[in-house]
Amino acid sequence: MSTAAVFGEEPVAATGDATYDGPAPKRIVVTYGFWIFLLSDIVMFATLFATYAVLADATAGGPTAAQLFNQPRVAVETAALLLSSYSCGLMAIAIGARHRTATYLGAAATFILGAVFLGLEISEFAGMIATGATPQRSAFLSAFFTLVGCHGAHVTAGLIWLTVMMAQVATRGFRTTVERRLLCFSLFWHALDIIWVGLFTVVYLMGAR
Amino acid sequence: LHLLGKLNWDAIPFDQPIPLFASALMVLAVVLVLGWITLKGYWPYLWTEWLTSVDHKRIGVMYCVLALVMLLRGFIDAIMMRSQQALAAGGAQGYLPPEHYDQIFSAHGTIMIFFMAMPIMIGLMNFAVPLQLGVRDVAFPTLNSVSLWLTASGVLLTNMSLVIGEFAKTGWMNYPPLSELKYSPGVGVDYYLWSLQISGIGTLMTGINFVTTILKIRAPGMSYMRMPVFCWTALATNLLIVAAFPVLTATFAMLLLDRYLGFHFFTVEGQGNMMMYVNLFWVWGHPEVYILVLPAFGIFSEVIATFSGKPLFGYRSMVAATMAICIISFLVWLHHFFTMGASADINGFFGIMSMIIAVPTGVKLYNWLFTMYGGRVRFTVPVLWSIGFMLTFAIGGMTGVLLAVPPADFVLHNSLFLIAHFHNTIIGGVLFGAMAGYNYWFPKAFGFRLEQRWGAASFWCWFVGFYLAFMPLYALGLMGMTRRMQHYDNLNWRPWLILAAFGAFVILVGVFCQIVQLVVSIRRREALRDTTGDPWDGRTLEWSTPSPPPAWNFPQLPRVTGIDAFWTMKERARAEQATRPPRPGYEPIEMPKNTATGFVTAFFAVVTGFALIWHIWWMVGLGVFGAFVTMLVFAWREQEEVEIPAAEVARIDRAYRTEMAT
Repeated sequence: MSTAAVFGEEPVAATGDATYDGPAPKRIVVTYGFWIFLLSDIVMFATLFATYAVLADATAGGPTAAQLFNQPRVAVETAALLLSSYSCGLMAIAIGARHRTATYLGAAATFILGAVFLGLEISEFAGMIATGATPQRSAFLSAFFTLVGCHGAHVTAGLIWLTVMMAQVATRGFRTTVERRLLCFSLFWHALDIIWVGLFTVVYLMGAR
Repeated sequence: LHLLGKLNWDAIPFDQPIPLFASALMVLAVVLVLGWITLKGYWPYLWTEWLTSVDHKRIGVMYCVLALVMLLRGFIDAIMMRSQQALAAGGAQGYLPPEHYDQIFSAHGTIMIFFMAMPIMIGLMNFAVPLQLGVRDVAFPTLNSVSLWLTASGVLLTNMSLVIGEFAKTGWMNYPPLSELKYSPGVGVDYYLWSLQISGIGTLMTGINFVTTILKIRAPGMSYMRMPVFCWTALATNLLIVAAFPVLTATFAMLLLDRYLGFHFFTVEGQGNMMMYVNLFWVWGHPEVYILVLPAFGIFSEVIATFSGKPLFGYRSMVAATMAICIISFLVWLHHFFTMGASADINGFFGIMSMIIAVPTGVKLYNWLFTMYGGRVRFTVPVLWSIGFMLTFAIGGMTGVLLAVPPADFVLHNSLFLIAHFHNTIIGGVLFGAMAGYNYWFPKAFGFRLEQRWGAASFWCWFVGFYLAFMPLYALGLMGMTRRMQHYDNLNWRPWLILAAFGAFVILVGVFCQIVQLVVSIRRREALRDTTGDPWDGRTLEWSTPSPPPAWNFPQLPRVTGIDAFWTMKERARAEQATRPPRPGYEPIEMPKNTATGFVTAFFAVVTGFALIWHIWWMVGLGVFGAFVTMLVFAWREQEEVEIPAAEVARIDRAYRTEMAT
């Protein structure tokens, strides 16, 4: 966009109201609003990331990151989550083609991969707690459980949302409201992937040193 | 039996006469209002027309009502503090014991910021922004209703703490380690945290809603550089909400984890870091003061331009200044705690940034002055508030720049000088702005103007009362008096505190005048009726609709051809010697359907919040489940919109035109 367009410098008489055509269609408005929500969610994660960075060495004599993290398990977790984004993309194609069975298959794959991710995360948490590395042990562990747990809570919410959406497809079909909600779900699910990439880097890769 | 968690009869303050009396009075007032509504049979009307409404104008009005009621509550706290400090010098202990006084100053700050200043600004934005943009509603009307009712949930929980249990004794910033379980074992801090978490979600959704509305839903032809300045400031405010409120949510969540599950974010033990709370709190907190004051700047811009009969001077510089403040407000937070012990370089950076942010504000002040210069200024009540603001805010801004100098701040930190400074900007900026907006848009909302003389009387009492109440606090700060003192031994301070208390009572007279103004205006509404929809010879699109506007605002979306869209239309009509541009045929309009989703969600939010505060775990489950089911019911509803027939649109519009012509 030219500066003239941004600052409205074009002569009014010449272009009339060509600069802005009026309210955007509902589909644009809804997804735009959902993007803004995702940005706010990312700000919340940014706060938790900053907290983790400040407290990463505040182990209070307890276990450190290098002693606790099991990289191979996290690699499997990451693979499951990234693959679920792929299957979520396939689901979006199926929705675009109005293909119910393919949509259910894509959703089922996404759900199973998400559940695998969550299961691995819960077993990691349970293992740590069993060895005494609880969130109550040190500020570092408080920050770790909160940051990773908050992402896990988002994944859980995503799985519930996906289930509800499949019930909507089953009862209501691909009507426009259902389609818009599925579009928002896709955005949400991919955003969780992006956050996980940051989390994987900051917590698990940098923590291995 | 722990079926009710920590809740038992000890929670009711039977042994403390003042809180017991206050609770009884509040419960009585609520019962009387509810009883009156029941007796008059207003419930069906209230439910269908207001409580379940998704109309942005009605939601705006309800926000403002909520805020004005909370202004009274917060103001009673202020009067109690001022009178206590006027009394409790030397041997005298006053009438408020320390643990009660601590709750009062904490509640005063929390209520005034979160439940008075925020809702009134959000209310005015709700009312005016879609009208000014020339559209029919916000982007997400149902979400808007949810936002309102979640804010109301926070208000309800905070006020319940007066009757059941206690409120925080930690100050409105709720700093750890004092706010940690070890030092605040009661439910006060939990009331604070859950009230603000719940209302904070509502505020965040408002932010998302308005950013989307302003960026994506405007009348055809309204490019960014044709938006009214109030819409620009609303955009900046809502961008700040979206960027700042999640930080507060995360910070409070961490403190809640510390308190409920024994985490170590901000504790003394386990290598927690309490200064991190202070940092994160102000990463939200400094943008927050601009969240409050930017819409006020927008209101003054509208008021000054309208009543000077001139376009706003330097529209582009006003927009640039607004957006500059929006960005720089994120780079100054550390000036709230220069004494933390950061390096001189860090303090220097934040000190300089804090001085720089005063520059765009100065630009705005000159813009308003130059708008009035050479204009034919009508000294209506909104203009009085605006001029009072310009004087007062300039002083508050200058003491702010003074506090931005780190060495000066080391001396004045935590003193009454600081209290005087921020009341100088928040009362002089936000409250005066809210009152200007209230008087300015009231006729648009209700179809009749507010009475002028009582309005002017209320302004003068507030204005004079403000100076009497807060100028002594600057002096006291320089004399070394710190904030939040329930009692003091230095008798030299006392005359100043008596003067300050007197000032608070002058403001009380101002509040009384405002109530009288409202009552008198309602009784004389026929004489004050606005039949034209344009009582002030306005410049922006809200004045091109009837007062009050129909639910759909505009029979057809207006075509915007310049800044001050309505003024341009009027000029063109004058030039073409026509009263109004002729309207072609009417079409049916789709409007969002009213829904109880917001109200029901908020009900379950209150249940959940209350259960969390008192550790009633089964009730937590019930509340969360209820909210989830409410969402499912909303997701499965069959009809989302109602159609207004073309004939109805035509009828309302023709009636308005006939009224205009006579």
